[in-house]
Amino acid sequence: MSATLAAFRDRLAYQGVSLGLVALLATTALVVGNQMTHAAIAQAEAADLANSLAQVLPDGTADNDLLKDIVKVGAGETAVTVHRARKAGVPTAAVFRMAERGYAADIVVLMGVAADGRLLGVRVVKHAETPGLGDKIEIAKAKWVLDFDGKSLGEPPVEKWAVKKDGGVFDQFAGATITPRAVVKAVKRGLDFFAAHKEEILS
Amino acid sequence: MNARGIVRDGLWDNNVVFAQMLALCPAMAVTTSGTNGLGMGLASTAVLLVSNILVALIRDFVSPQVRIPVFVVLIATLVTLVDLALNAWLHDLYKVLGLFIALIVVNCAILGRAEAFASKSPVLDAALDGLMMGIGFTFALTVIGLIRELLGSGTLFAQASLLLGPQFAFLETTVIPNYGGVLMMILPPGGFLVLGVLLALKRVLDRRMAARKCRPASAEFSTESA
Repeated sequence: MSATLAAFRDRLAYQGVSLGLVALLATTALVVGNQMTHAAIAQAEAADLANSLAQVLPDGTADNDLLKDIVKVGAGETAVTVHRARKAGVPTAAVFRMAERGYAADIVVLMGVAADGRLLGVRVVKHAETPGLGDKIEIAKAKWVLDFDGKSLGEPPVEKWAVKKDGGVFDQFAGATITPRAVVKAVKRGLDFFAAHKEEILS
Repeated sequence: MNARGIVRDGLWDNNVVFAQMLALCPAMAVTTSGTNGLGMGLASTAVLLVSNILVALIRDFVSPQVRIPVFVVLIATLVTLVDLALNAWLHDLYKVLGLFIALIVVNCAILGRAEAFASKSPVLDAALDGLMMGIGFTFALTVIGLIRELLGSGTLFAQASLLLGPQFAFLETTVIPNYGGVLMMILPPGGFLVLGVLLALKRVLDRRMAARKCRPASAEFSTESA
């Protein structure tokens, strides 16, 4: 290190300018990085979404592009984005997300509902439940979420939409009641939401 | 310090987890399985290597008064770029590792090496140090992960093929089939238990090695070195 540089380094202006320069370079690198990856990330995320949508819709339910056929129901922060499945232009089903507070954090479920209000499929897409106890709500760990297939607001009756411990029809897990309770509540709320906004969703 | 010393320091003597006791937050959080530990270790190694090189490159131009913010900005930028690149081009791997990558920013081992070593060393030494510290960290996380996974779920390297590619599926072994599992080992207390036992083991090993080295010397000297 030269003596001139050492003398410069101790000046206040040098410190401020060097810090600013580093910040500028870092920002530039981030902007360039973002530009380069933006399209590829959007594409990968769209593919992910298409995959998860396909999981809650049986084959042959839709012949349209669900990623494009969306409607926002509700206003503000509580608005729900609904993907609509159509066959030959006629709406056959809707797919949307619902969240409910679980044991550790919000559990987000993705649910497919047929036009007549029957559940086509439910998948938990995000959760932070206890590994080994609450994570049986994942399809990768257990078949529990498949219990919802074919259920609707009338079948079982509304008051039976709960885990068995609360007098309902859905199994809870040994050692974990709060988690399945939250999932059942989220799905029930999703069905209520669908029933309340049926015209808007299926228009 | 010579290259041999740097390698020894990174892998064993001054191991990030077992000796420096740094980066315990990611070490406890992600080591629920061998695969997770390995993934976090590899991602951290990449960032450590590049951040050490960058810090060594600019070490003469940064005044001591502002060095910490400069290093922090560099490391955060680096991690964000790695995050973006993985998300865009290796999306399947990102889905497995994505959570860990954001955690690397708060890995104090990286800032620690930048401050303690790279800011005072030539580029090549800094690069070697970053690589060795990273490998030592990966080793520690993988060992902790494997022990917790074995006791907690009875498997080893479960889902390794998701992280490393299908050709590594042979690593996935179920050691104890139909094993109920000791849940506590997967939860954070299990991490601390395993870490404590491993730290004790390392001390025993270090003492043995020191004793062997000192045998020709007087007994007085060997007690002193222990």
